Amino acid sequence: MTPDWDVIVVGGGNAAICAAMGAREKGASVLLLEGAPEYMRGGNTRHTRNIRCAHSRADTFFSGPYPDEEYMADLVAVTGGPANMDLARFTIEKTNQLPQWMTEHGANWQQPLAGTLHLGRTNRWFLGGGKALLNSYYRTATRLGVEFRYNAMVEDLLIENDKFTAAVVRDGDRAETIRGKSVIVAAGGFEANLEWLEEGWGKAARNFIVRGTPHNRGTTLRTLLSKGAQSIGNPKAIHAIAVDARSPKYDGGIVTRLDSVVFGVVVNNKGLRFYDEGEEIWPKRYAIWGGLILEQPEQIAYSIVDAKTISKFLPPLYKPFQSPTFEGLADQLGIEKSAFVKTMADYNRGTAGNTAVRMQVLDGVTTRGVTPAKTNWALPVDTPPYYGLPLRAGITFTYMGVTVDERSRVVDNRSRPFKNVYAAGEIMTGNILTKGYVGGIGLAIGAIFGELAGRDAATNARA
Amino acid sequence: MPELDIFAEANRQLTICNACRYCEGLCPVFPAMEIRRSFTPNDIRYLANLCHDCRACQQACMFTAPHEFAISFPRIMSEVRMESYEHWSWPGFLAKSFSASSKGILLGMGTAVAVFAVAFFAIPADRLRTAHDGPGSFYEVVGYAAMIIPALLLAFYGAMIWLQGGLRFWIDGNTSAGKDAGIGTALHALWDSLSLRYLSGGGPGCAYPRQRPNQLRRIFHTLTVAGFMSDLISTTLAFLYQDFLHHLPPYALLSLPVIFGAAGGVALIVGTSGLIVLKAQSDRAQAADNAYSFDYAFLVFLDLAALTGILLLICRSTPAMGVLLILHLAMVAALFVTAPYGKFVHFVYRTFAVLRFQLESRDAQPQGGH
Repeated sequence: MTPDWDVIVVGGGNAAICAAMGAREKGASVLLLEGAPEYMRGGNTRHTRNIRCAHSRADTFFSGPYPDEEYMADLVAVTGGPANMDLARFTIEKTNQLPQWMTEHGANWQQPLAGTLHLGRTNRWFLGGGKALLNSYYRTATRLGVEFRYNAMVEDLLIENDKFTAAVVRDGDRAETIRGKSVIVAAGGFEANLEWLEEGWGKAARNFIVRGTPHNRGTTLRTLLSKGAQSIGNPKAIHAIAVDARSPKYDGGIVTRLDSVVFGVVVNNKGLRFYDEGEEIWPKRYAIWGGLILEQPEQIAYSIVDAKTISKFLPPLYKPFQSPTFEGLADQLGIEKSAFVKTMADYNRGTAGNTAVRMQVLDGVTTRGVTPAKTNWALPVDTPPYYGLPLRAGITFTYMGVTVDERSRVVDNRSRPFKNVYAAGEIMTGNILTKGYVGGIGLAIGAIFGELAGRDAATNARA
Repeated sequence: MPELDIFAEANRQLTICNACRYCEGLCPVFPAMEIRRSFTPNDIRYLANLCHDCRACQQACMFTAPHEFAISFPRIMSEVRMESYEHWSWPGFLAKSFSASSKGILLGMGTAVAVFAVAFFAIPADRLRTAHDGPGSFYEVVGYAAMIIPALLLAFYGAMIWLQGGLRFWIDGNTSAGKDAGIGTALHALWDSLSLRYLSGGGPGCAYPRQRPNQLRRIFHTLTVAGFMSDLISTTLAFLYQDFLHHLPPYALLSLPVIFGAAGGVALIVGTSGLIVLKAQSDRAQAADNAYSFDYAFLVFLDLAALTGILLLICRSTPAMGVLLILHLAMVAALFVTAPYGKFVHFVYRTFAVLRFQLESRDAQPQGGH
């Protein structure tokens, strides 16, 4: 039987759509299978807003140069070194041309958003955020002649003798086998699959808030692994930040994050502080607080600020709990009252006399004789009313994926690439990121390996 | 939606938007939102009138229904705009035409029918249906005083209602921003309003009527405004010709009043017709329930006034002139009567809102940015 399509793309986010455009521009017939309904197409790309690219000089949208070497140094500093140095180097080098490629495929740009100026040199903002970018990409892909199917969950990939032959697609009760000459799997991670996360995290996983699409369940990742694809990355490794505990279970996106941690103290439901709230400011605090909250009883914590600092951070989505006394606040939040009152008294004694802080720098205004110490911006929390914001761990993405080669082909357990199976985006980001995250690199990896896989798959299909 | 509900709903949506801010590059509504942490009804009315309804934000938003956040920003802005027109209008019983837009349409249609009927039956048939020629031929059908006095009175009344609305918008805003601003800021704001700078979705174009960004609405709106201005110039010139140069209409085809009048009429017809076609294709769910008939009424009266004007020019030496003249005057009368109580008012608040944004953004900082 002749295949229906030259290239089948599994997924609908940044990596998938870049792969589809890349393959179509090389002349291949392309079918993109998006598991989500059309209004939710694009996976977690919908929640992105900027991309990190190396560049040798400033322009309208970059405030200064960001050489390859500095990009690599940032990556190494955060991750402790990429899993595959060659792929990391390749990615960074390729990001130099990425903005132009994106512009040619419909991306519009804007100045950095308010409050993110410190990223204006390294990252480039697309106008209106990720969904607007996706809309532009989908229009371009449509014009190029890419075909799309929504609500098309790929539940199996037929692979014989290292060669992909067809994808089994489910739409409701209907299962359909679609044959293709090659496949590019760009279907994201498994951060929305709490049962899978429970394998690593136990029951604590049930208290995760999933910041992105509920469709990233890792179904195709599981399929690939079951067909002998070589896994990469720690299955337990996740990126999680502090979000408001009242957030939607799925897809709350950027609006659920809380910026309040550094401005006060954080306690668990026993009323105790457990970590230095003043260790580091954005962006590092995002990455560490998710993990810290997961270690607390019932995976919950509470950010406490007072009237002095309530308006210093981004206005929160949900109204903070508020009380003129610590006792009253403890009652509202449901935390251990006497311990909490003592924690606050100790902290305020340890910060007595601290009157001014400078948020722009690590200012060394610290607590004295308090454990754990708050090492910067340690103002007393002593001006009622007091405010409390409940925090949970909001999972952003998972690290474990499949190993790929320099052509973005999936590698099997014997370290040999499948002939016509490619992976791009979050599903192979573990080849570069092992832990930690430099903001905006995920999209860069997705675009570069997506386009690369698309071109290679098209060439492969026509050979 | 009842008044309290629309402000509660606007507040709910603004709180989500203010925690997100992805749209801040699309238009000034979001930067204006970001310098606030909470929103009074007057803040919200200001934001709603700063909104040009380009709908780019709706396209960019990942939190639109069926997401549980159910963001529908163009719609809530449209609802608040409608409320604000009524809120700042006067007197109350006429201001009601904003919330019950059928009243506004009836007022316009009633005026048109009444003016036409009165003229048709009051003017002797032989004067109305024979060809007239030479200077003053129009006044042989409708007397000069009968034509000019009601028009001037209505224009003056409309302008006063607009002005009091604009002043109340400004006073309600209670803004102390930009006290030191000069005429340059005002001119800048005027230019931003006239050029519809904020109807471009941050650059690529407005997502109206459907998703794909384009500049069509900006072009048609500009033609409409330019056409209207051109006709205003034509009328003013004709007034000068007649009362100062004692040169009675009709004027030669290549005279300035006719050139401005004809060019303006054509621009108005193309502009308003284009806007009507775009509106027909647009997504009704993104505007207030009562906004569509309200917008259409204004566009149609404007379009008909221009169309009858052009027809009058073409047929001015024929026996049809008399009927076309009173038809044209009836359309213009409807436009004048509804001007303070219809979509026409939007330009007043839009211009003041853009000016306020210019003043505010000189010194304010986004909340929580560090």
